[in-house]
Amino acid sequence: MIKLKTAFASVAVAGAMAAVSTPTLARDTINIVGSSTVYPFATVVAERFGRNTDFPTPKLESTGSGGGLKLFCQGIGTQHPDITNASRRMKPSEFKNCQSNGVKDIVEVKIGSDGIVIASSKKAENLDISLKHLFLALAKEVPNKAGDKLIANPYKNWSEVDSSLPNKPIVVMGPPPTSGTRDAFVELAMEGGCGEIAMIDSMEKKAKEQVCHSIREDGAFIEAGENDNLIVQKLNSDTSAYGIFGYSFLEENSGTLQAAVVEGKEPTIENISSDAYPVARSLWFYVKKAHVGVVPGIAEYVAEFTSESTWGNNGYLVDVGLIPLERNARMQAAKNATSMKTMTGEELM
Amino acid sequence: MTDQLSQAELVRQSLKRRYRKEWRFRTYGILAIGVAILALVILFTDIISKGYTGFLKTTVTLEVPLDPELMYLDDPTDPEQIRMADFVAPLQQALLNELPTAEKGDRRELGRLMNSYAANQLRDQLQANPDWLGTTRTMTFLANTDVEVYVKHKDDEAYSIKLSDQQQRWVDELVDRGVVESSFNDVFFSSGDSRDPSNAGIAGAIVGSLLTMLVTLCLSFPIGVAAAIYLEEFAPQNRWTDFIEVNINNLAAVPSIIFGLLGLAVFINLFGMPRSVPMVGGLVLTLMTLPTIIISSRASIKSVPPSIREAAEGIGASKMQVVLHHVLPLALPGMLTGSIIGMAQALGETAPLLLIGMVAFIVDVPGGFFESATVMPVQIFLWAGSPELAFIERASAAIMVLLAFLISMNALAIWLRKRLERRW
Repeated sequence: MIKLKTAFASVAVAGAMAAVSTPTLARDTINIVGSSTVYPFATVVAERFGRNTDFPTPKLESTGSGGGLKLFCQGIGTQHPDITNASRRMKPSEFKNCQSNGVKDIVEVKIGSDGIVIASSKKAENLDISLKHLFLALAKEVPNKAGDKLIANPYKNWSEVDSSLPNKPIVVMGPPPTSGTRDAFVELAMEGGCGEIAMIDSMEKKAKEQVCHSIREDGAFIEAGENDNLIVQKLNSDTSAYGIFGYSFLEENSGTLQAAVVEGKEPTIENISSDAYPVARSLWFYVKKAHVGVVPGIAEYVAEFTSESTWGNNGYLVDVGLIPLERNARMQAAKNATSMKTMTGEELM
Repeated sequence: MTDQLSQAELVRQSLKRRYRKEWRFRTYGILAIGVAILALVILFTDIISKGYTGFLKTTVTLEVPLDPELMYLDDPTDPEQIRMADFVAPLQQALLNELPTAEKGDRRELGRLMNSYAANQLRDQLQANPDWLGTTRTMTFLANTDVEVYVKHKDDEAYSIKLSDQQQRWVDELVDRGVVESSFNDVFFSSGDSRDPSNAGIAGAIVGSLLTMLVTLCLSFPIGVAAAIYLEEFAPQNRWTDFIEVNINNLAAVPSIIFGLLGLAVFINLFGMPRSVPMVGGLVLTLMTLPTIIISSRASIKSVPPSIREAAEGIGASKMQVVLHHVLPLALPGMLTGSIIGMAQALGETAPLLLIGMVAFIVDVPGGFFESATVMPVQIFLWAGSPELAFIERASAAIMVLLAFLISMNALAIWLRKRLERRW
């Protein structure tokens, strides 16, 4: 029985020790949070950085743009992240939140663009669609034939929206409302489309936004979860469906998938970086200047991210699907980033 | 008389119906088992057919000319020179030597067959062995992920081959000559996560899981057992203990993400512990497994027959002696089984770890309780969501590793029960 007792005692002591000893460590690893869209790019940079320098590999958490900025703006100190990625620009309210929590000096870096594609299996008929028709096919409420009031979306087939579209039922898989991709899709595609409809455009701002931002819930639009791979797999098995996801997933699956032509523009690198393709957004990251020099390697990481061999036209981020900025904009952004030029808050207004 | 006869007749008539009923009931049972087995078979064939290739790596073995002029390097011990040196050129040259059909202008295209970190590997090896400079060495590198996908899946329509026709011909030639080979994927078990599927491994996640589980075990087992003993043997029966009991039973059914929220609020925000570390993960999972362990420990204490207690008390043992010398050793197998099942549950948990930052991209294998780490189910989740197709087989392979861990933990629980359990 003595054996049993000592065994118990040692387990209990080990447990107690593990519970009590919580040292507050000075952190030597860069902590990065933020957008799941920037995540595939930032992880590649982080890993290269870790392998090519003596600094530890930065830790990346995919929290979404909003979640990342919230964590980032919580304060100064090693328990808070050093860098946050975002698939949209910081909002003035978020900047104010940062300021009031003592995060005064923030460096903003625009890294490139990402296109949102409407893809289908190569075996299916490809869409050639305008934003207006896309809105009519996917909105919750659309104007009636007379154009004097809103009715629940009656369109079952693409061809009912416009005769130029395929005579097939509308089945579109896309991300849920929690996703940044969904936000961007709604903002760029749906809003762009509903602005072209005179009746909705003349509505007052609040009501208009309500109509433009609502996606139909009658089964034609399927929320497929945050996992874009799932949508890709479903598109391969169901050739009548279309899927909405980021350009990098299209490039990775270019063997089996094709992307819809929107407003006469194909989602190619050239069209997205020149803003000709309408459903594209910019990607950003934000650096907490107060942590530079406290957590080792932040300046070096920013330098690595903004070097030509990383985000340039032939950089390794292009291989994973980033659409780079144009050269002049890139050079200016790199200069601002390496000199740690801080935001004033004016640029967000 | 006639009444009795009709009674017997009635029974005989209903007999067929009753047999049919029983037959139907048994068929339903068999069908239910059949569906369950079918689901299991589908799951396993899907995972194994997708994942077995994840246990294979594709390597390129080359005679690398470590020529000082080619690399612009004459002193590998000088960090400045190392930084400016060209480590890609020797690899391109080596491939060029292997492929008589390739021309000098193809260097760039040839270089793309090599792993994105092959140059880093060459640099590190040269730094470790400066005297290699000027010689020609046989070295083995991982192939590029695109090459790996081509070698493994060229006939599979689900994968898109990203090599050009010319590159495909080169790879075919290299495979014929035995330069490009497939072998057991030791990288998968020895390295941490990577964004390049061919370099990605599960070692970081396994170590993270072990560290987290160690914290969980060291805390939840003693606390759970002590709570169970007190509640079962010493606590008075009153409204308070009833209240505690109801709460413990309720906690066992609380969704695990709630424990994550609690961990975030208490351990990280209140106590200021760092995010993403096994210590916090272990604490959160302790909270989650405690109810399971308490309930199963109480059940196994209850199953110790009262005669044992009475006999001990009869010969003058104190309450504590009764518990420590007699009840506890007899109840221990049941407690262990319950704990192991609770731990197996915790091993497969992702949701609460999401909130405390353990769902993260972490390359370095963690070395302690306060270093950033992920766990195995999180690693599977992260890979399954990656755009690279080669991660799908890695995710399935990682599922197999996780299942192996879970099956062996459950087997241990069964073995302990079989071996230590006593029946009365």
